Amino acid sequence: MLSDYQSSGKKGTRDGFGDGLHEAAVKNPEVVGLCADLTGSLKMNKFKDAYPDRFFQVGIAEANMMSLAAGLAIGGKVPFTGTFANFSTGRVYDQIRQSIAYSDKNVKICASHAGLTLGEDGATHQILEDVGMMNMLPGMTVINTCDYHQTKAATLAIAEYEGPVYLRFGRPAWPMFMEDKPFVIGKAIHMNEGSDVTIVATGHMVWQSLEAARSLAKEGITVDLLNIHTIKPLDDEAILKSVGKTGCIVTAEEHQRNGGLGSCVANLLGSKLPTPQELVAVNDSFGESGKPTDLLDKYGLSVDDVIAAAKRAIARK
Amino acid sequence: MAEIAELNKIASQVRRDIVRMVHAVSSGHPGGSLGCADLLTALYFNHLEHDPSFNMDGKGEDLFFLSNGHISPVWYSVLARSGYFPVAELATFRHINSRLQGHPATHEHLPGIRIASGSLGQGLSAATGVAQAKKLNGDDKMVYILMGDGELQEGQVWEAAMYAAHHKCDNVVAIVDWNGRQIDGDTKDVMSLGDLPAKWKAFGWHVMEMDGNDMSSVVSGLQAAKARSGSEQPTVILMRTEMGKGVDFMEGTHKWHGVAPNDEQLADALSQLEESQGDY
Repeated sequence: MLSDYQSSGKKGTRDGFGDGLHEAAVKNPEVVGLCADLTGSLKMNKFKDAYPDRFFQVGIAEANMMSLAAGLAIGGKVPFTGTFANFSTGRVYDQIRQSIAYSDKNVKICASHAGLTLGEDGATHQILEDVGMMNMLPGMTVINTCDYHQTKAATLAIAEYEGPVYLRFGRPAWPMFMEDKPFVIGKAIHMNEGSDVTIVATGHMVWQSLEAARSLAKEGITVDLLNIHTIKPLDDEAILKSVGKTGCIVTAEEHQRNGGLGSCVANLLGSKLPTPQELVAVNDSFGESGKPTDLLDKYGLSVDDVIAAAKRAIARK
Repeated sequence: MAEIAELNKIASQVRRDIVRMVHAVSSGHPGGSLGCADLLTALYFNHLEHDPSFNMDGKGEDLFFLSNGHISPVWYSVLARSGYFPVAELATFRHINSRLQGHPATHEHLPGIRIASGSLGQGLSAATGVAQAKKLNGDDKMVYILMGDGELQEGQVWEAAMYAAHHKCDNVVAIVDWNGRQIDGDTKDVMSLGDLPAKWKAFGWHVMEMDGNDMSSVVSGLQAAKARSGSEQPTVILMRTEMGKGVDFMEGTHKWHGVAPNDEQLADALSQLEESQGDY
């Protein structure tokens, strides 16, 4: 039910990563961390201070960091790399492809400051293509978390999972609403039962979609809402079950339309259950400097944009 | 541990394997493979403390990584002949459904390979990561990593070089196949490497040089490098080799970097190489 998900305050998703990494390290002595000169930004200090021998500062050399992590994984470690999402993917795609994905190394690529909500630093850092790049790599698990609690839970879950993972999160303080909710890699969380439209959201867009669903409910439109933290492997079953009920779908993500969650859902529905779909995503554009919420508004990722997309989807049924 | 004369005999067989493998599939990279045959023979038949039953984590073993993955024929030959997989499997090199991919890979679970290589410049980073894991594991064995000299044009190599010196990775021995040649020509013409010993020294490494086509020099060079363990400084061996070494018409040129011999050229090459261990 929508009322089960109230904000208990704001914290960055990256804070969830920092706390999760520390807890994962307490549980498993093989967990190690690498960072490319962004220890504070990634909130890795707690881990670093507790386990200085298991923390590897690599300097501003992300390519080296990725291949180094693959080497640590060969030696039996569970390496977590930390840098901004842009430098975790686009800058090092070949290193990830050859040394990690193709070589099937147990590396956790942890990427902060993803998307427009990075804010004032602007488009050089606001990567909106990372999920697409990671989705395309065979064997890669791709996760985009929605709040502090889910990011912490995901960090703990991927520490126990064997295989390469891309964990994407962000910079801004953001509503916290997923405390004590279970996290299982690849399993969507059904947040609300509805019959008029399915909304499948990931990352910061889960909160936007929750707010949209609350608003739509006041108009008598009920939303079947899925929190789809794991984009790959996609929870096909949950999505097909939901659209079987509602007959239309909105996907919402802080990413390009091409290659992200919306594309993955369209792939699924096109082959299994053709369904009217509206995408809330960035439309083939780079971002710019600005406040996170202003940017979400300007680039079509506001609560109102989700509401409008839901109405368009319903009209196409 | 095999003696020098015995190692030379094995290296001759390895060279036969190389030219036969690339000839059979009309593709592959014989030049660098032939040049590094002595090094890999010395490593696997004399120097490394290794276990051909193969464990991915290599705990308690010396490990070897090949960053210039295109010289896979020499590695496959040496791995097979030191017991990692059947020698007969060399006949599957570059064929469909083979574990012996054009460039080394883990995907098909070929024993002896711990990470894919081929896209250049990544091996030193990966090997350094393994070396860091060894330190954490209290494992005092060494990690050896071979790179091409042309490969040093990749920026990542120098990121890794900086890292290994900063983190005092004295259990890493980098070996540069300093043959002075790359696909498009001589390295001095394509992209000059400058004063290579000075560059590595400036990055904080202990620099050694050796003749990579003289077995005694290789064996003693590797021993000297290993003795640097505990020095709190990584070691690089700048290894002079001749691309195409052992097959006269392949020597002295970059042209056999990635070209396979035809039937006639194969016969000529094999006539120059002793079949000491039996062909596969």
